[in-house]
This record gives sequence, structure tokens and C-alpha cells, in this order.
Amino acid sequence: MAWKQDGFGRRRVLKGVAGVAGAAIGSGAVSGFPVIWAQNNKDIVLRQFGTGVSNMNEIAEKCKADLGITLQMTALDSDAVTQRAVTQPNSYDIADIEYWICKKVFPANVLQAMNVKKIKYFDQIVPIFTSGKLKPDSVIAQGTAPNIVSFVEGAGSTKFAKGQTDWFTMIPTIYNADTLGIRPDLVGRKIDSWKDILDPKFKGKTSILNIPSIGIMDAAMICEAAGIMKYGDKGNMTRAEIDKTIDFLIKTKKDGQFRAFWKTFDESVNLMTSGEVVIQSMWSPAVTAVRAKGVPCVYQPLKEGYRAWGGGLGLARHLSGAKLDAAYDYINWYLSGWVGAFLNRQGYYSAVLDTAKKFMTEDEWGYWMEGKPAKGDIKSPQGKVIEKAGAVRDGGSFYDRMGAVACWNAVMDEDRYMVQKWNQFIAA
Amino acid sequence: MKPTRNWIPYLQVAPLGLVFLTFLVIPIATIVVVSFFDYNTTEIIPAFLRQNYEELLASPVTWETYLQTVEFAVITWLLTFPIGFTLAYFLAFHVRSAAWQTVLFLVCTIPFWTSNVIRMISWIPFLGRNGLANMTLMKLGLIHHPLEFLLYSNFSVVLVYVHLYTLFMVVPIFNSMMRIDRSLLEAAYDAGASGWQTLTNVILPLCKPGIAIGSIFVVTIVMGDFVTVRMMSGGLSASVALMMANAMSLLQYPAAAANAVVLLILVLITVGLMMRVVDIRKEL
Repeated sequence: MAWKQDGFGRRRVLKGVAGVAGAAIGSGAVSGFPVIWAQNNKDIVLRQFGTGVSNMNEIAEKCKADLGITLQMTALDSDAVTQRAVTQPNSYDIADIEYWICKKVFPANVLQAMNVKKIKYFDQIVPIFTSGKLKPDSVIAQGTAPNIVSFVEGAGSTKFAKGQTDWFTMIPTIYNADTLGIRPDLVGRKIDSWKDILDPKFKGKTSILNIPSIGIMDAAMICEAAGIMKYGDKGNMTRAEIDKTIDFLIKTKKDGQFRAFWKTFDESVNLMTSGEVVIQSMWSPAVTAVRAKGVPCVYQPLKEGYRAWGGGLGLARHLSGAKLDAAYDYINWYLSGWVGAFLNRQGYYSAVLDTAKKFMTEDEWGYWMEGKPAKGDIKSPQGKVIEKAGAVRDGGSFYDRMGAVACWNAVMDEDRYMVQKWNQFIAA
Repeated sequence: MKPTRNWIPYLQVAPLGLVFLTFLVIPIATIVVVSFFDYNTTEIIPAFLRQNYEELLASPVTWETYLQTVEFAVITWLLTFPIGFTLAYFLAFHVRSAAWQTVLFLVCTIPFWTSNVIRMISWIPFLGRNGLANMTLMKLGLIHHPLEFLLYSNFSVVLVYVHLYTLFMVVPIFNSMMRIDRSLLEAAYDAGASGWQTLTNVILPLCKPGIAIGSIFVVTIVMGDFVTVRMMSGGLSASVALMMANAMSLLQYPAAAANAVVLLILVLITVGLMMRVVDIRKEL
């Protein structure tokens, strides 16, 4: 498909062939905005589903205004997302799923890989998703690092490729580095390690999340930090490692260290604001939500590093013709900056930083991405003040945070066994 | 009888039969079939394996979880039955005017106008460490430290079950009581029975179908529940349905299906036992 502003592209647009929205953009070098996008997708409806975090109505509205594409969003919880992706492949056009579950979903032959040549900003995508290395000298973290599942061997293939190919499985939407959240007013001591959650002082005031595949990783970070054991790969444990981790969790649970285990975003927010727990696994926007209620909460950087996760958009296998072209338009629009800025302002990271930067103020960019103190008030995309002037983001800059990832959310080879053991832990 | 008449009854039951076939028999048959399938990380493989059942039944977790689920069901029944019976008795025999009966009965159902998830989670701020209950008790000087067992414990799970499901006990028992011929009570009184004797020898036996129906509701709902257990125990307790949900979240449908079949058998046995005690059809 023609992306450069050349005659061929124009003619195709004029002919009314769907899907060459990019032809109306200035050539790559001149990226001044407001961008005028071609409006030849008026009758196209794309059905997208995913978790609530990136499925936002604002994005659908802006997409309609810019591209003319009607985006029908369905927000589900992460379990339901996986089930729908695999069992009802005709019920969606675009799947917004996480990288770790992509390892399971993609081989089920329900999605189609994208040709990187049609992805305009492909070269500018943060290299975590392509080479796997944030910087050329970075070491790839443990677990299902996105680059492992980002490429398949060819068009129509469902086999993940070892290195980079022209066939990209998912366009990264949002990703982040997770750590423990604390109540600085209630912990009464310095917190700098995952093992601090085991401090007897916090007995009955801690929580970890009860999503087996993610909870086990937090547990592994804790076990390793506490010197209980050392893992070959936390994202792909052996049976012996799983046994030992779960045994330790059961012992800790029986000792009454945990107040609760949470499964949804709001549960984690409520546990923290109500003072039921003072230190727990948390997601970044949950910390923001706690603070928004006037309750102090810190997303504490820890010396062992972060547990990272990421989500992406995959195209349904059944897409073809005008709809497939529209989907590429949507993806290219998604990466062109507005969405990236919108997501960055919520504390997530977006796929293409250079384009997102153009849609953010210098102060916003400094606060969210560079770890600089805010010069003015920092507002959420909805216009609500979430940080006052002078605030600094917990954990610092993008490179400080994403550069300190110890492991990625993962799906293990022994996941069948792991879930059995996890059930044992919950039932214990 | 003419031969043409023979198929007419079948035609008459056909609509109901089709509905049952489509929405009950076929789904359950599918679950049973899938429970013998094999699976790996990405796909479900048609097969005939006993592995799902072997793994399930060999695991001590399964037994602990089933025991826990049955325990919840029994405790909930032990509480909802006397509460439900008392409420129904009050409505049926103490409230004399039919208008007031209707009004009070409607009052009982008002909480059901809201979602049961809302009714469930509204207990959380009440029972929490800094919640209303603990604050009140501490201000009154009755306790000095917050009672931690109030929330995220088996206590809170059962409390919510009782709150949510007592009405399922009230309605059928109330219905049975309203069908009792009042002259029977007068006869008992004339024959010199005390109030207690009337209750145990006349009312209770005549309410058996209502009690059985209410019990079936409560027991089956509690045994199949996973939301209440998860929310109110804060994930610290398990239930059978929660085990299935965990398995499904990692696409382990055959394992979940095997568990579903075992649970179904257990529930059917329980209901079957109840039906043996009370013949619902005979006494309706």
C-alpha cells in the first residue's frame, strides 16, 4: 500500500479504494499537525475488544473524527479477553491482548500477522518490541519478553520466529513496569526491596494479586529477594521451583501475613485507600487512583527491579479487503502520536515515543517520560489535576523504569501444573 | 385408540422438550465430552482421556476445596432455614391483613431491586478494619483493637450468603404456609395442642415442600458460587467454581469441565437426597 504522498497513493484515494488514509499525511519528514486524514473509511466499523485499560471511548471518538472509522469497543476482564480471543474469533476485528497471553492466543490461529512494510512508524517502535533491547547494550529480561512473540515466520504463519521478520504479531498499545505500592504514612520505614512485604511488622496488612500467571511472578520476585530461592527463569519455572514457591506462599498465608488477594483494579485501590493493606502488588493507575482520593500512596521502586507487562493490537485472521486496509489505517493512526500522548498522560508508555512527544507539552513530557519535576500542575487526559507542580514521577524516567525490568509477565511451559498449585495456595 | 392419537402427546411436549434439549441436554453433554479432552497451552485436543479426572481427584486441594464448599453450603443452610422460616411464619400467621402481608412481602424483596454484587460489596466498607462496625465497637469501648476476622474471612462469606439468599428460603416457605387450611390450626387448638405442638406437628410437616424448594435454591446457589467467595474472602478462600474460573483463565477448559461434571454429580446427589426426604410433587 502506498504511504508516501505520491501520485499512486492519491489516485487510489480518488478512486475510492479504501484504506490509503496515510496518503493525505505530509511526507515523513514534515510531520506538522493537525494532520488531515483521509476520510474514505466512513462506512467501516472495526470491532475491538480488550481490557478496560486501553479500550477507551476517547480513542474511539478521536478515531471517528480523524479516520471516519467507527471503533466499537468492548471492555472485558483479562480472563474473558483470552477466552473471547480464542473461542470467538469472528466476534472481533481487532484484539487488544497482552503479550504473555499472545504466546497462547497467536498459535490458536485466530489472528493474522501484519506486514511491517505497511506499518508506517515501524522503525520508530520502542525496540523492546522488536529487538528486545531497550538500548543496544540492554540485557533482555526474564519471562515472556515481547520480542519473543512479536514476529512469526511468515505471512499466515502461527509459529514465532527466533529473530525479526517482516511479519509482526501485535502493535504495542501500552506497557509499564510494575512494582509494589505502599502507604508511606503507614509503613513507617524505608521500603526498597520486594522482600519488605514479608516484614512481620506488616502482618495482616499486605496483599498480592490473585491472577495466577502474574501473582506467581510477584511471588517469585519476593522469594528471590528474600533469599528463599534462585530461579533459572522466573517466567518459566520448573516444577521444583513452582513447588517451592507455592509452599513458601502457603506458609506465609498460614502465618497471616496477607490480608487479602486482589483480582481487579478497584479491589487493589480499595484495599489501599481503606488502610486494609499498607504494602501490596499494584498497577500504576491504581496508585494514581488512590492519590486522587487524597490518600498518600507511592509506587515504590525496588532494588531488584520491576515486573513488566505490555499489551498490543492484533488483527483477526478473518480480516480482508477494505476492512483489512482500514485496520492498517487505524494502526498507523494509533502510532501517529495522539493516542500515544493520551496513554502516556495516564502513566502508561506508548509504542512510538517520538510521535507522542509532539502531542504533549514540554512539561508533560518532562514529568511523565524524563522523570523531571513538574513545572505546573499535571493533568489527566480528562483534565483533572493529578499532580501538583514540583511532583516527580515515582521511579523516575522512562529509561530508569523500563531499563530496570527484571522479568516480564509470562506464560510458563508448566502452566497447567502451576495453576493446580496456585489453586492449592488459595484453598490452603 | 386410533394410531394417529399416539403421537399427539409427544407433539404437546415437543416445545418444552426442544427447549430442554437445546439449553440443558446439549450444553451438559458438551461439558461431559470436553471433560475427557486433552489440552495444551494453545489448543483443546479431542481425545478420550481420564487424566483430567485423575488429576482432579488425586489432588488433596480438590478434596479440601469441595469440603470447604460443602461447609459453606451447610452453614448457610443452617442459618437461612431458621431465619427464613421465622420470617415466613411471621408474615403468614402473625400479619392478619392480606394487604399488610403483601406490603411486608414486597419490603422483603426491595433489596433485590439492586444487583447482588452491589449488596455484597456494600458490606466491605462496613466490615473493614477501619469500617463502621469496628469504629462503633471501638468508640463504645467494647474492643480496643479492630476485629480483623470481620472481613476477608469465612465469617464475611457466610454473612453475605445469608444476607443474599435468605429470601430464597422465605418465598417458598411463605407460599407453603399460605396454603395451609386455617381450620387445621383451629382443630389442633381445639384438640388441646400447645402453640409449639401446632408448629412442630402441623405447620412444619405441611411446609416441607416449601422448605425443600428453598433448601435446593440455597444449597445449589452456594455450591456453584464463586463471586461471593472471592470478593468476601478477599481471595483467601477457595470454592469449587473458583477453581474452575482459575483453570478457564488459562484456557484449561477440559480441566474446568471435569470439575464441573464432578460438581454437577455432587449437587445432583444432594438434591436427590432432599427429594427423597420430601416428595415435592406429591405435596405441592
